[in-house]
Amino acid sequence: MSDSYFPVGPGLGMEENFLSLDDILMSQEKLPGRAESALPRLAVLLGQGAGSAESVPEGSKLEIPLWLAKGLHDSKRRIISVELPKIYREAWRTVFSADANVVDLHKMGPYYYGFGSQLLNFENPENPEIAQTDSVCFLQTFIARFRRIMDSSQNAYNEDTSALVARLDELERALFQVGQKGLNDFQCWEKGQASQITASSLVQNYGKRKLTEVDG
Amino acid sequence: ERNQADVSEAKSGRTDLIFLIRFRHCCLLRNQRCLLAYLYDRLLRIRALRWEYGSVLPSAIQFHMSAEEVEWFNRYKKSLATYMRSVGGEEGLDLTQDIKPPKSLYIEVRCLRDHGEFEIDDGTTILLKKNSQHFLPRWKCEQLIRQGVLEHVLS
Repeated sequence: MSDSYFPVGPGLGMEENFLSLDDILMSQEKLPGRAESALPRLAVLLGQGAGSAESVPEGSKLEIPLWLAKGLHDSKRRIISVELPKIYREAWRTVFSADANVVDLHKMGPYYYGFGSQLLNFENPENPEIAQTDSVCFLQTFIARFRRIMDSSQNAYNEDTSALVARLDELERALFQVGQKGLNDFQCWEKGQASQITASSLVQNYGKRKLTEVDG
Repeated sequence: ERNQADVSEAKSGRTDLIFLIRFRHCCLLRNQRCLLAYLYDRLLRIRALRWEYGSVLPSAIQFHMSAEEVEWFNRYKKSLATYMRSVGGEEGLDLTQDIKPPKSLYIEVRCLRDHGEFEIDDGTTILLKKNSQHFLPRWKCEQLIRQGVLEHVLS
């Protein structure tokens, strides 16, 4: 299965891939925002009011997922205004510039890089400076962490890697897995197993699952 | 339906409801996107099945596929077969064979489960019982190895 199954990957830069499962999960992450105008009847949907005729007053804070923010964000900004989550702000940028390897990116939102690229889509008044500093900041954290990811993925053969992987966000985890796969393939070739035809992993999984279906 | 009621209300004058319609529209688009991605992913996996497993799927897998997916699989099989026939010479080229570069014509295999009788090109039949070992031509058993019936043994 792993050999012939090619899922749709996440998008690059500011665009998402429509059919990519990774992008769908990433756009589910929440953003803090503010309601610009009074929003009648929305209170029930957002879990704040009791009656269906109540309106969310102007200026109240909301946590909305990215896909909703993108849809409701108008160029005239009548409905929703979006603020950057705290991890992308000044305080955290100094942490990153100090030592990027220490930060637990998985806890801060498992899609740090992808989500940050999407945030540039919102026309914020401070956006040009943020975009500049953001892209510089992303690059630098990425470069700083990359060396460690590459090292650990190429040298951890047949070990339990959960301790290494726990602090990486999704993009970094994908890179780590690619590195591991390369390492495993090389070891396989060294042992002479490269010419051995194997049953596909799909078949092996299917065999295991069949037993549980018969029982349950 | 609620969206349509709101739309008619909005057209008749209450302009502050536009965002609500937009909100529901966003939700509908989101649901549509999730559904499409799920169905597309299923198709990708079914395509992988053809390459990994062969042209006949076990009935348990087919049970889980919808009628449209079965039809898609059959059409994909046909396109692949037409393509393979047109490539390389008169008889065509089977692209699903020899996924890993072969080292020899005959290989040693061990049987993992009972599969009954198996006929090879010169007419002899071989009984495949569990744990029996055979020395067979590669192109005949590649399919069975991938399906998990035989196991390739390295000497």
